[in-house]
Amino acid sequence: MASSTAACDTGPGPEAMASLSRHWAEAPTLRNWFATVDHKRIGRRYLVTAGVFFGLAGASAVALRTQLAGPEAGILSAWEYNQLFTMHGTAMIFLFSTPMLFGFGNFLVPLMIGARDMAFPRLNAFGYWVFLFAGLFMWASVPAGAAPDGGWFAYVPLTDERNSPGLHLDVYTLGLLFLGVSTTAGAINFIVTALKLRAPGMSLNRVPIFVWAVVATSFMVLFALPVLNLDNVLLFLDRRFDTRFFDPGRGGNVLLWQHLFWIFGHPDVYIIVMPALGIVSAVLPVFCRRGIVGYPLIVFSIVAIAIISFGVWVHHMFATGLPQLSYGFFSAASTIITIPSGLQIFAWLATMLTGRIVVRVPFLFVVGFLVTFVVGGVTGVMFALTAFDQQITDTYFVVAHFHYVLFGGAVFPILAGLYYWLPKLTGRMAGERLGRWAFGLVFVGMNLTFLPMHVSGLLGMPRRVYTYPGGLGWDPWNLLATVGAYVLAVGLLLVVAGVIHALRRGEPAPDDPWGGDSLEWATSSPPKPYNFPVIPRVHSLHPVWDPRTAESTGVGADGDRILAEGRGTLLTSELDGRYERAVRMPQETLKPLVAALGLLIVFLGLLLAGYWVAAAGAALVVVTLGAWLWPPRQTPEEADPAVGGGAV
Amino acid sequence: MTPDGIRTAFGPAGLTTEEPVGRSTAWWGVTLFVATEGTVFAALLGSYFYLRFQHGAPWPPDGIARPELLLPLIMTAVLVPSSLPVVWAESGIRRGRRWQLRAGLLATLAMGGTFLGLQGVEYHGLLREFTVTTNVYGSLFYVITTFHGAHVTVGLLMVCWLLAASLHDGSGARRREQVRVVAYYWHFVDAVWVAVLFTVYLSPRL
Repeated sequence: MASSTAACDTGPGPEAMASLSRHWAEAPTLRNWFATVDHKRIGRRYLVTAGVFFGLAGASAVALRTQLAGPEAGILSAWEYNQLFTMHGTAMIFLFSTPMLFGFGNFLVPLMIGARDMAFPRLNAFGYWVFLFAGLFMWASVPAGAAPDGGWFAYVPLTDERNSPGLHLDVYTLGLLFLGVSTTAGAINFIVTALKLRAPGMSLNRVPIFVWAVVATSFMVLFALPVLNLDNVLLFLDRRFDTRFFDPGRGGNVLLWQHLFWIFGHPDVYIIVMPALGIVSAVLPVFCRRGIVGYPLIVFSIVAIAIISFGVWVHHMFATGLPQLSYGFFSAASTIITIPSGLQIFAWLATMLTGRIVVRVPFLFVVGFLVTFVVGGVTGVMFALTAFDQQITDTYFVVAHFHYVLFGGAVFPILAGLYYWLPKLTGRMAGERLGRWAFGLVFVGMNLTFLPMHVSGLLGMPRRVYTYPGGLGWDPWNLLATVGAYVLAVGLLLVVAGVIHALRRGEPAPDDPWGGDSLEWATSSPPKPYNFPVIPRVHSLHPVWDPRTAESTGVGADGDRILAEGRGTLLTSELDGRYERAVRMPQETLKPLVAALGLLIVFLGLLLAGYWVAAAGAALVVVTLGAWLWPPRQTPEEADPAVGGGAV
Repeated sequence: MTPDGIRTAFGPAGLTTEEPVGRSTAWWGVTLFVATEGTVFAALLGSYFYLRFQHGAPWPPDGIARPELLLPLIMTAVLVPSSLPVVWAESGIRRGRRWQLRAGLLATLAMGGTFLGLQGVEYHGLLREFTVTTNVYGSLFYVITTFHGAHVTVGLLMVCWLLAASLHDGSGARRREQVRVVAYYWHFVDAVWVAVLFTVYLSPRL
């Protein structure tokens, strides 16, 4: 099953290659740095920016753990602690995990499906700038002393204008609304790209699991995020304009916040974990030297989880006094959703058992994922039982559970993906030895931090407290957790050091260092701006292990799949991947950046009660969109749909 | 069809091969966008019912009268049929008749604008009785109708953009797609109004 792509016998002649390079190249100017629409550059930016936000949120966590190392430590005040722990949670969930995974998706989805870019490249750029500005909007509140401080879930009535005066919760509601624009744009882009831009012959049953995962995640985003957006709008209106949605004195209801929040919030944890599980399905089989076991069952599990995740939210509300019948239903649904999750675990185990394992750093992180995610899953099933949940809700047992599933289920796969795709992203190999040390410290540090929290939780330590009295039996577990946090921090710093070292002095990477099966390994590391000189014809689920793929890009390849005149890629049919037509991709433009700046002005205006400023920002967005979509002056050839009638 | 042809068409290969009718990226884009915006309205109208049933009788509370039906029904008669000129405009651009595109869009603009004007008249009457801060009913009433009105406004802006762009130059696949995107959005806005009519105006009388 060695790679069957050979660099020497590609189809297009030198004139076609020169033409492709000329049309797709983005000149390395400052303007083009801001105006790029290349999914590879945008994807890398998502990864770096999300990585920086991870560092900030992680530093917050180290500060929290230092404060909690001993009883009444007095290092942080309650006021400081509340802002740091809220930003830790909010940033990890909204500004790190999903954007990081969207970054992988951005870089990889077009490559894995044999396309030359996303369906809407300018919308893609817009999504990145909005993410950057929304992240800065929220983090800037920390030095300004106005950071969100009501927990990442911001329950009313604590967060209403009477109990939380000041701008903290307005930064929260507006910041998340702002970010939501980016996430929604990204989700639409992923779905349309995966449905329409696949290489000819890539029918749905030949789509890589990672792409399925990103698409299912995107559908979840489209239906879950609007509910959170509404919740945040209602809270902002209550706080700023005295509406009464959450005001029981005037007929409102505080539980509405929780319902809307968790109708979003539960699918959100799957939105976080699902692309990461997609990474595992991409990485694991390659290091088992075989295709993944049970592809149709895994696809079924992905779709099942995406749907069922909308039906379990009340398990976050078992202690709110809802009717028993309701608890019973949601308890059952929460137990059922473990089945498709378990299916995937068994598929991976079967792949390992029937494969020939090759141990490298990405594989180590996948193993780390399997161990920690399963531990987290076990405590998760315990929570599905209402009676147990009502005993340990709001204790550190919950904190332990969700860190196991989030660190296990998202961070480990992200690290596996980082080491696995670093060659493709940067053209350099990471050092194996340093990577193994990093893995060891991260794995030990993570477990040392979060395992003791199960104990302190069962001993009754509540969560969301800035300190605790001594002598309750919690002290040694907290100290251990803090030591673990420091070990974990060192491990993560070694990851960063390894990446930086690879960038400067790493070995140059070949096209396919790991012997992978998906199409990103069929092109150079990093890929040229046009990704593939010839868009391949796909005949199986493992295109790079299939000699017919290389033949389709070899000598005599169809000019229709080279598209040397202009910037073009292919549209194919949604189910069967049948060739439809070529489509033109857009040039670099500053309009996505300007539109994002307009939105930033809107949200700053709303935050600081400068409503005319906000209106001006909105006008800027509208005008920019109008110009963005304005039909370009076209020559008759350009207007010809056979060459490509334009995209977004 | 020959017996062979029928056998092929009904054989496994024939039955499992999809029809050659793929949708465009723009079609998928606007459909997904409508799905996500529709979810916001679903959550908002769901919240209306949640708050109302948690509040209990009387509804509307605090002596506020049930909403009058005359004006909203007129607004419905103005907005919902405004989808027809949009369909007509789309048919125009498909046949390369720019006058038909413009006439249809202008009609939609007029009807949509009238709808918003009538909404303003309704607010003028009701604001004397209750505002958005009076109680949860006031908050719901004004936020739901304003949110819908904002979507109508955005739709009308898009219609104006299409009118301006139609002065610029001819047809082509790209223009047809853009008209279709605006048309789908407009139909969505109309459908949401029907849901708002039912929830806010009709349901208190059920």
